Amino acid sequence: MNADVSRAPDSSDSGYNFAYLDERTKRMIRRAILKAVAIPGYQVPFGSREMPLPYGWGTGGIQVTASIIGRDDVLKVIDQGADDTVNAVNIRRFFTRTTGIATTERTVEATVIQTRHRIPETPLQDHQIIVYQVPIPEPLAKLEPREAETKMMHGLAEYGLMHVKLYEDIARYGHISTTYDYPVMVDGRYLMAPSPIPKFDNPKMHMNPALQLFGAGREKRIYAVPPYTKVESLAFDDHPFEVQRWEQHCALCGAKDSFLDEVITDNDGGRMFICSDTDYCGQRRENLAAVPANVAEAKSA
Amino acid sequence: MSSTLSGTMGGAMSVTAAVQVRDLGKTFTLHNQGGAELAVLHGVSLEVRRGECVALDGPSGAGKSTLLKCIYGNYRTTQGSLIVGEGENAIDLATASARQQMAMRRTTVGYVSQFLRAIPRVSALDIVAEPLMEDANGDPDKLVAARRAAETLLLRLRIPVRLWSVPPATFSGGEQQRINIARGLIRPRPVLLLDEPTASLDADNRITVTAMINEAREQGAAIIGIFHDQRVRDSVATRVVNMADFK
Amino acid sequence: MSEQDQPILRVEALSKRYGDRLAVDQVSFDLWPGEVLAVVGESGSGKTTLLNCASARLLPDSGRVDFLTRHEGVVDVYRLSEAARRLLARTDWGYVHQNPADGLRMDVSAGANVGERLMALGERHYGRIRQEATQWLSRVEMQEDRIDESPATFSGGMRQRLQIARNLVTRPRLVFMDEPTSGLDVSVQAKLLDLLRTLTHQLHLASVIVTHDLAVARLLAHRMMVMKDGRVVEQGLTDQVLDDPQHPYTQLLVSSVLQP
Ligand SMILES: Nc1ncnc2c1ncn2[C@@H]1O[C@H](COP(=O)(O)OP(=O)(O)OP(=O)(O)O)[C@@H](O)[C@H]1O
Ligand SMILES: [Mg+2]
Ligand SMILES: [Zn+2]
Repeated sequence: MNADVSRAPDSSDSGYNFAYLDERTKRMIRRAILKAVAIPGYQVPFGSREMPLPYGWGTGGIQVTASIIGRDDVLKVIDQGADDTVNAVNIRRFFTRTTGIATTERTVEATVIQTRHRIPETPLQDHQIIVYQVPIPEPLAKLEPREAETKMMHGLAEYGLMHVKLYEDIARYGHISTTYDYPVMVDGRYLMAPSPIPKFDNPKMHMNPALQLFGAGREKRIYAVPPYTKVESLAFDDHPFEVQRWEQHCALCGAKDSFLDEVITDNDGGRMFICSDTDYCGQRRENLAAVPANVAEAKSA
Repeated sequence: MSSTLSGTMGGAMSVTAAVQVRDLGKTFTLHNQGGAELAVLHGVSLEVRRGECVALDGPSGAGKSTLLKCIYGNYRTTQGSLIVGEGENAIDLATASARQQMAMRRTTVGYVSQFLRAIPRVSALDIVAEPLMEDANGDPDKLVAARRAAETLLLRLRIPVRLWSVPPATFSGGEQQRINIARGLIRPRPVLLLDEPTASLDADNRITVTAMINEAREQGAAIIGIFHDQRVRDSVATRVVNMADFK
Repeated sequence: MSEQDQPILRVEALSKRYGDRLAVDQVSFDLWPGEVLAVVGESGSGKTTLLNCASARLLPDSGRVDFLTRHEGVVDVYRLSEAARRLLARTDWGYVHQNPADGLRMDVSAGANVGERLMALGERHYGRIRQEATQWLSRVEMQEDRIDESPATFSGGMRQRLQIARNLVTRPRLVFMDEPTSGLDVSVQAKLLDLLRTLTHQLHLASVIVTHDLAVARLLAHRMMVMKDGRVVEQGLTDQVLDDPQHPYTQLLVSSVLQP
């Protein structure tokens, strides 16, 4: 972690403001967030600040979180569904040092969840805010490099090009092969990149009670999905949207309905599938511990 | 001059004459030859009614083909008026819009030029059928009928069946001329312009073409033609006009 | 047919200036349904600029462009909203670029290139899009089994065919073409010309074709317009202009080629 940040354990006398950003910057970002909430799915430009972290670490999400977080908030940070990866640990530590607020690994306890690559399996509540770290906010970027043109396409809701991409998938692989950052229409108006979450998580965005905020630091864009907003994954009538499914259950908790990671267990090609959401998996195991029969069943599966 | 003539458009003359040429002048200005002026036609006046066949006579270079090209709208006139068609369909080529001229070619005037301009990759049959196919507007029955009519003409003009599907670019002079005649005659039109239609034909085909010209005239076409062959001229012309008379 | 009674495109006094150079100077013309108009002239005479201004791809400095829509009568193209203009451009209009790479998406398959306009219009059935694309490939005389190949692997002639199919899939009534056959081998060029001739005819397409090749004009166009220094110096039926050119510049143009 950056040495400057580690010297700022408490905001009062550290030389840093609460949550690192100065109040003017936060107000500027909050204005962008308000605009984003007012126009669901629309990418609002904002004056992205240099953060004491490299861009790949999710500086867009961090700036959003820093702008909305208050002293009473409880923060959860996940990366690939886990609270204990280097990235998640560092971001959590960053906020602990610059705000002194409480953190948690429990989805249900958090008021603000910053995430990269996943939406928690535990359904979010209407008092929660989820902040996504976004590397490439423009869903059309790979198809249409001219920014003026993609802006025009958003302005006029000309989104045929996105289906060209899905058409290509089917022509090439027989099915829509896009599995991450799968494009969605927000509130029937704006095409949006949901950030590199698996398409498995797309249905969770739809009519979600929580406020969903997206921050792209390098690309200087903020966008949002307000609570209870329609989020539809694009597809063809004869190739409907489908989420990933697994033959296996989670080897640890037996879950059949969660996103599973494949883990190599030894050098002989041994492998198993476990929940990518560590909190979800842990909670299930805790609950199941009270019912030993089920645990035995899950382990034998 | 032309102002008084345009007054005749709806008058009695235009009802009877399918072509009225009045004081027509055609001068070529060769800008790249120091602006040399070539006055080819001067003071040409001519009226041709339906059922008439006028043969243009005169030495080589007298302007016979030029006159036909003016009447077809291929050359632009420099003076006078040139009214083609009857009644409502009559237009003065000296002032007509491009669109009117195109309509005139479609409905009123057929032109058999001295040489066939082949279209790459289009078969002889389709070149002949094209004027009728344009009228068909995509109607499949009419398209079939157009091809039928083309086949009938090609048979009559002794074009071997094996050539029908071949683009005529490689045909002999006589074969090309017959394709050109078939194309010019397939759609009956009130005015027919023929520039030496039999020049490269053998005796049998010359007789066939002569018969076809007479049939067109009997069916009511006003025909203006250049026929170097005395026998052909004698058997088709109802009147001979010498270009020298205009000078 | 009342459609036949008015021009499908009416261009009035279009002018476009680049700096102090007047690229297009007060050009007007009418185009009728099903009519092909060739615009000829030496390079730099303003042909492409005129084409782009007439097709609403380049904002002219002055002048106006009226288009006879299918259902809503005549519209002033430059008064339409941007959205309506773009919709028009990808439904009832086509634009064929000289360089096919400018008119194609080189990184997606032939099928997706042809299907794009359909998808833009809201077609959401993969099977139907594919079927339509297949039909159009065969219509432009391309092998149907190349539908999944990238145009990057195609020859120049095939790319141009693909570009044409991509434009025609929505059955436009007006197609703008900028030197559609130049840059191709002579034999390839001849086949493409033949295809264009057949398609414009069969589909009753109105078309403005920019070309410096008088033979192309002779073969495809009903009418032609000769441009020099941004102005139209001569216009008329194609054979009139070619066989009896009036303007010194046209005479020079015609005399410098063999039998256009
Ligand atoms: N497009 C043209 N440009 C310049 N001069 C032309 C053009 N067409 C014809 N001429 C000239 O006009 C004159 C008349 O030519 P035209 O072809 O009308 O003669 P003609 O009477 O048909 O002769 P022939 O009996 O030899 O066919 C000739 O001097 C010819 O060179
Ligand atoms: Mg002659
Ligand atoms: Zn689990």
